[in-house]
Amino acid sequence: MTVQPLIHARGLVKRFGDFTAVAGIDLDVAPGEAFGFLGPNGAGKSSTMRMIGCVSTPTEGTLSILGMDPVRDGVKIRARLGVCPQLDNLDPDLTVAENLTTYARYFGLPRAEGRRRAAELLEFVQLSDRAESKVDPLSGGMKRRLTIARAMVNQPDLVLLDEPTTGLDPQARHLLWERLFRLKQQGVTLVLTTHYMDEAEQLCDRLVVMDAGRIVAEGSPRSLIETHSTREVVELRYGDTPLESLRGKLDGVGERIDVLPDRILLYADDGDAAVAEVHRRDLAPSSVLVRRSSLEDVFLNLTGRTLVD
Amino acid sequence: MATAMVATLERELVLYRRLWKASALSSFLLPLLFVLSIGVGVGRYVDANGGLGGVDYLSYIAPGVLVTTAFQIAVGESTYPVLGGFKWVRSYHAMRAAPVAPRDMVGGHLLFLAFRALLATIAFLIVVGFFGAIHSWLTVLTLPIAALLAVASAAPVTAFAATIENDNYFAILFRFGLIPATLFSGVFFDVNQLPLWIRPLAWVSPLWHAVVLSRSAMLGQAPHPGASAGWNAVFIAGHVAYLGVWAVVGVLLAVWRFTKRLQD
Ligand SMILES: Nc1ncnc2c1ncn2[C@@H]1O[C@H](COP(=O)(O)OP(=O)(O)OP(=O)(O)O)[C@@H](O)[C@H]1O
Ligand SMILES: [Mg+2]
Repeated sequence: MTVQPLIHARGLVKRFGDFTAVAGIDLDVAPGEAFGFLGPNGAGKSSTMRMIGCVSTPTEGTLSILGMDPVRDGVKIRARLGVCPQLDNLDPDLTVAENLTTYARYFGLPRAEGRRRAAELLEFVQLSDRAESKVDPLSGGMKRRLTIARAMVNQPDLVLLDEPTTGLDPQARHLLWERLFRLKQQGVTLVLTTHYMDEAEQLCDRLVVMDAGRIVAEGSPRSLIETHSTREVVELRYGDTPLESLRGKLDGVGERIDVLPDRILLYADDGDAAVAEVHRRDLAPSSVLVRRSSLEDVFLNLTGRTLVD
Repeated sequence: MATAMVATLERELVLYRRLWKASALSSFLLPLLFVLSIGVGVGRYVDANGGLGGVDYLSYIAPGVLVTTAFQIAVGESTYPVLGGFKWVRSYHAMRAAPVAPRDMVGGHLLFLAFRALLATIAFLIVVGFFGAIHSWLTVLTLPIAALLAVASAAPVTAFAATIENDNYFAILFRFGLIPATLFSGVFFDVNQLPLWIRPLAWVSPLWHAVVLSRSAMLGQAPHPGASAGWNAVFIAGHVAYLGVWAVVGVLLAVWRFTKRLQD
């Protein structure tokens, strides 16, 4: 049985004037999936999310959301979406609870129902004790949690999260991940963008790597790592020694070498063996780290650039 | 009426609930200061010379000050709050992500301002009523007049605020729109006392039309005493229609500008 995808796009393009932000992408997101867009600044993640959220009109290509046409049925589709935009747009002069109850009214929910859901959602994002507080004094993480709660107020079929944890400290980020993971367990379809590898690995069943408006790779975090990187990565540091001069000498150690400004990455299925080979060639580094390969390495391999600069 | 429009009106009301005490106080205080300073102070000299339009000066200016108050609330609340809804608070973007259409946003905003105009009018009437400035039961008609003026003046300003990027433009609006409109709209003197070439300034201003209607209602007099009853009926219809045109064109412009600004 094939399920109807919630998001279906073919050759999707977004241009601003003669600048192409999204350069023809294909997507299918199935119900219940947690799907991620991973990419650096300006990759076109938000532009894509805004087209999916029916607030930006595609320049070219086909797009259908929940089986409907975003241009013709924008209002109907948005009634079933939950959106957490990249920039918070909470009402600073309303209280935390009022932010939810007024938003619930936009979806035509009765007032009592809005109050009930607001209480439930504040419980869920652990903000119940701040219900009567204004929004302004909340921390960044609390605001983000409130925005996510607001996105859930209409019990959406599809939740769009544009960089849900950017700018948060690790503790706030982990709390958010945990809440999002619960949503996923409840069967909510999540689509999120992120620059963070660990976020994509934690939350996404499947993701696409975007760069300069294009999809450069697609798959589960594991399969991307298997296809586009090795099992392990060795990070070598050499203090102040110019690293480029070492490239030739390290040739043949591992499957691939990347020379970054501050370190050299060796891709190898057996990291310890690679380190032994480095020592055998008398190239002992000032520090060495053997780690499992991550999506960061996938991105570097695909584009030759690091993701977070 | 669309439920989403009611929802955006409700948001404004929830926000207003926080300010209403301060706002209600000024709604009573401002007319009181007006009555005391101009109505009673200036009025003493004017009335010593036989009043204006056959009535005491306070009774003459009260209907005009009443609609000016509605006008100022409507225009003021359509400048920074609307631009801020796009630029700073981004509340319109938040609504846009929900199933709220631009016409719902514009409609909710204008309904709210009509409501504010009604509140201010009631407060004003209570104050000037104590000072004997109400001469007719027709005074109740100042309520719909103030509400209509509020929409007629707020709608185009809302369209303007939804178009500009920079709040410096508001200074131009105040200097070349709001202030001349207030001065030349027959609030403090009959525009027929102005040189003929300035009078068109009053005629184009929606405020003047509301002043004429409001004064006619509060004094229980025909708006243009020189003309016949039949012509006065035509004039009244004309004043109302003129305000209606501003309201309708303004709403169309505002919805168009909101739609433009929220789509890319
Ligand atoms: N409204 C717009 N007008 C003109 N250019 C735009 C507009 N929105 C986005 N762009 C451009 O499109 C490109 C992609 O932007 P987008 O916001 O989609 O990137 P992103 O992947 O979300 O980046 P970030 O990680 O920084 O949020 C950028 O170069 C941006 O400057
Ligand atoms: Mg973005």
